[in-house]
Amino acid sequence: MNTEVNICGVTLKNPVMTASGTFGSGREYSEFIDLNRLGAVVVKGVADKPWQGNPAPRIAEVYGGMLNSVGLQNPGADWFIENDIPFLRQFDTKIIVNVCGHSVDEYVNVVKKLRGADVDMLELNISCPNVSEGGMAFGTDPVMVEKVVSAVKREADKPLIVKLSPNVTDITLTAKAAKEGGADALSLINTLTGMKIDIYRRQPVLSRKIGGMSGPAVKPIALRMVYEVCRAVDLPVIGMGGISNAEDALEFIMAGAVGVSIGTANFVNPSATVDTIDGIEEYMRKYNVEDINDIRGIIE
Amino acid sequence: MKTVENAAVVSMLNLTDDVRDMTIHCPVIASEAKAGQFVELYPDNGVNLLARPISICAIDAENGNIRLVFRIVGKGTEIFSRLSAGDKIRVLGPCGNGFSPGEGRAVLVGGGIGVPPLLETCRQLKGEKTVVLGFRDKSDVILCDEFEALGAKVYIATDNGSLGFKGNVVELMKSENITGDMIYSCGPKIMLKFLSDYAKERGIACLVSLEERMACGIGACVGCVVKIKDGDGWTHKKVCKDGPVFDGREVIW
Repeated sequence: MNTEVNICGVTLKNPVMTASGTFGSGREYSEFIDLNRLGAVVVKGVADKPWQGNPAPRIAEVYGGMLNSVGLQNPGADWFIENDIPFLRQFDTKIIVNVCGHSVDEYVNVVKKLRGADVDMLELNISCPNVSEGGMAFGTDPVMVEKVVSAVKREADKPLIVKLSPNVTDITLTAKAAKEGGADALSLINTLTGMKIDIYRRQPVLSRKIGGMSGPAVKPIALRMVYEVCRAVDLPVIGMGGISNAEDALEFIMAGAVGVSIGTANFVNPSATVDTIDGIEEYMRKYNVEDINDIRGIIE
Repeated sequence: MKTVENAAVVSMLNLTDDVRDMTIHCPVIASEAKAGQFVELYPDNGVNLLARPISICAIDAENGNIRLVFRIVGKGTEIFSRLSAGDKIRVLGPCGNGFSPGEGRAVLVGGGIGVPPLLETCRQLKGEKTVVLGFRDKSDVILCDEFEALGAKVYIATDNGSLGFKGNVVELMKSENITGDMIYSCGPKIMLKFLSDYAKERGIACLVSLEERMACGIGACVGCVVKIKDGDGWTHKKVCKDGPVFDGREVIW
């Protein structure tokens, strides 16, 4: 039985990874699970300098999901390189660095700092809805997508994944623009913009009013978008959005995703990633799937 | 070391109209837990996904139990309130840094549903203990007799004066001139702010236990931040991992 998948020349022991921003750099979850089991750890967004993010409250629960407006709080690339890469390298898993910035220059600065760093891939975050500059502001405009991707690609010495925003009319347009810019792979979806109001306090729950929605409630939308992108663009796709278990993950794989990321489900069950890996293997044994790659994209 | 246990409910009592006293059997968490830490309880109903942070009121490591006293404030706590002895609930913990009860004259100050984590802290304190508790009304008073049973001198304030001092805990402390070497406190943010000011004026060290909306409870989601002084500026610290207990002088209210 083979669960290995290949993304841009990088071999992952299985297709299951973590969605950026839900898993830190793995330290917290290493108390609950064996990080050696994971196909890859996609770390929380890294900027060129430390970011403080948005004021609290940053979290709101919604039906079957949650909203967040964290705003990419992170200690910066220098801290990440010094502390998190050595931590993660203790484990036999791939390291994918999510790269964020307020401007093209800031994205490029992070990628420059990461040149020669012992990581496996980069994921360009042009889809965070919780920052006023960069993030989704770049990721919803195909012209801007191509511009920032090509600027980053020129400086990158690792395969470049571009993470797409679902907050667009036609996600295949930004997917194609990312490919034109030189993306090696695509990941989707980032969160959907959403809102919650506390009717007793007559105020939005989130201090930033609008946040990004994630969790099981968004899964059908994410799956549809992964399916559309897989059919429209000839690049490896990493699927995410509400994946909580092996059944969910297998849906994304059948829709065409080469890899799958677990996000919000980590908050609901700290061992969601390894439970998903176990469940995929169980499915493969039970239904005689010799190679996980055999069922990828079987939905026409 | 944190873990997830499928805990059995040992008992469920009503302390007031909306405050429940639940003891659960989770031997691993109970053996690791410290005063002032909290656990994450999962509603597990398929709709309310996120765990609810609940402070630990008492630890019985010998029997593998922890006691949780919580107010019904929303869907999650409403679900927990319907549990009864023998039911199971998924629990993650212990979370956060806790109080580390020390020597000297201790003053424990609690407001409303901030009172419970002070009980285990009080039990572990060795020296002289003064307890100041504030509630909205006498019908909201909880755990007062248990603090007295631990040998503490207990003062009560109620907003409407229906029991004890009429006013808030800080006004009570001013009026009684309450002092000590270390304040351990938990309650509404506004209470903790004025308490920190009181402590600062009198040169008393003051630990405050904060709360904030959180998703993971272990430091990964970076949802539950509070502004903490950092040199000439400030930084966002995580309530779940760096706290919930902070030095009151460091918090930017």
